[in-house]
Amino acid sequence: MKVPVLSLLAAVATLVLGYSYSWTITPIVIGLTYAIAALGVSVMARAGQISFGHAMYSCISAYTVAFLARAMPGTDALTLILAGVLASFLAAVVIGLFVVRYRGIFFGMLNLALSMVLFALLGKLYTLTGGSDGLRIVRPAMAGFAMERESFERALLVLTLVLSLALAWWVQRYFRSGSGQALSAIKTNETRLEYLGFSAYLIMWKGYLLSAVVVGFSGAILALMQGLVTPEIGSWLRSGEFVFITILGGAGHAAGAFLGAVGFETVKLVSAAYFPGLWQFLLGLTLILVIFMFPTGFVGQIMKRVAAQSRAQAREKSPVRIPVRN
Amino acid sequence: MKPLIKTTDLYLAFGGVVAADNINFELREGERLAVIGQNGAGKTTFINICTGYLAPSKGKVYFDGRDVTAMAPRKIVRLGMGRSFQLPQLFTEHTVRQCVQIAAARRNKELSWFRSLESTIDGREVDATLDLVGLLPDADELSIGLPEGKRKLLDVAMALALQPKLLIMDEPTSGVASEDKFGLMETVMHALDERQVTSWFVEHDVDIVSRYATRVAAWIAGKVAADGTPDEVLNNAQIKSEVLGA
Repeated sequence: MKVPVLSLLAAVATLVLGYSYSWTITPIVIGLTYAIAALGVSVMARAGQISFGHAMYSCISAYTVAFLARAMPGTDALTLILAGVLASFLAAVVIGLFVVRYRGIFFGMLNLALSMVLFALLGKLYTLTGGSDGLRIVRPAMAGFAMERESFERALLVLTLVLSLALAWWVQRYFRSGSGQALSAIKTNETRLEYLGFSAYLIMWKGYLLSAVVVGFSGAILALMQGLVTPEIGSWLRSGEFVFITILGGAGHAAGAFLGAVGFETVKLVSAAYFPGLWQFLLGLTLILVIFMFPTGFVGQIMKRVAAQSRAQAREKSPVRIPVRN
Repeated sequence: MKPLIKTTDLYLAFGGVVAADNINFELREGERLAVIGQNGAGKTTFINICTGYLAPSKGKVYFDGRDVTAMAPRKIVRLGMGRSFQLPQLFTEHTVRQCVQIAAARRNKELSWFRSLESTIDGREVDATLDLVGLLPDADELSIGLPEGKRKLLDVAMALALQPKLLIMDEPTSGVASEDKFGLMETVMHALDERQVTSWFVEHDVDIVSRYATRVAAWIAGKVAADGTPDEVLNNAQIKSEVLGA
């Protein structure tokens, strides 16, 4: 019960920060979109599969928001977000059908390749997509209220925080569910899974859909926050950053994506302020240190201690050890 | 007794090596079959064909009266065929209890996206299965930390949680210290009797075969060279010289 309380407190603190210093709203919301995307990537990481192309789902969602906002001016922001997520979902239904057949580096690179195809198309189809300049989005109304920039951003901050909590809660429920446990069993033994009567393919596909939906939320919010979509949203660098955050935070718990995003943004900000020109070097260094010191990320480290503790408690509770029949 | 497994003219060759040479075989309900044979005689290939891991180039496999030839392993498993492996196939990042819970969830066809794994299955049933193989005290340990004998038992427990009609075990005592082999087999056979599961195991140890099997089939070069009671087969001259090396 500690994690939900801490998450709620963190959300309230973030809200207070945003309302007190309105210049922090943009970096906070954008930071949260990274966290949400990493949350999506961490779903597949549970199956031991790292996608180097998940920014494609963020991009599909963001461009859907832009297209719809331009085609039907006056569409509500909430409707735009849902439409963006729906588009990500539908794309994942089709793309998932064949990428979930692959594992390891092939899964990662296939996603990367598809994301780069999308990236290239968005840049080349200038008349439709605005090329590398992207598309502007006129600020829409939210929940029926037309707002000025400042109140819109504040409302978006609230919405993003609520969505972050809701998605983290959903993903965490999923991790603990039968489907989620079966997904994490793909990482350790797919043969056994098949010999228990499961379809590893179907389990992977469902996980892939969930991950695309979560990343879709991140893209739609990003589009509304920036008021602009560009192909950069779907570039491989962005996918790489999502993976970076996932590894930093760890995929063992939904909170990992958010801790990872805080770590990522902190390193980026500190190095940009004190060592400009070295920030990429420092990010790389951080990742190497994290992989060496705690390969399962921040939450992996925390959970290892919690699990060892609870196992020790369980052992104390049942001191009678029944020997194997001899 | 009706046949659980029936194969007709099963044939499969790997290049020049014939691993299954027109095998016509029947396994009846309630039997405890031990399969013996030298390495490369085709024992595991026969298991792999019957469990759907390999497709035969000729012939048919029937399980419980249904044609399961070249069916995917998961579909055959759903019909009631369990399997344990020479190298235990476990979910190494899950605890012993979770491994069995995942299996139980599959049998319930209950794979929720939302409800926790524990809430979708019958916890008492899982504990009963763990108790049956003596793993209840280790239920909260990570499966990767178990010694080999217990890993073998967990492998069997995961298959038993599916409540199969037949359990196929590929070398259940391999990799286990010789003084522990009988204890392990005793536990497994007791569990199978309790659950009334027909069994079929591959085994090299003659003492174990003669003690636990009701029927023995000896494989030589992809063929069933002898098939009968343990006494008959283990005293057959050809089997003695070619399989047992006595």
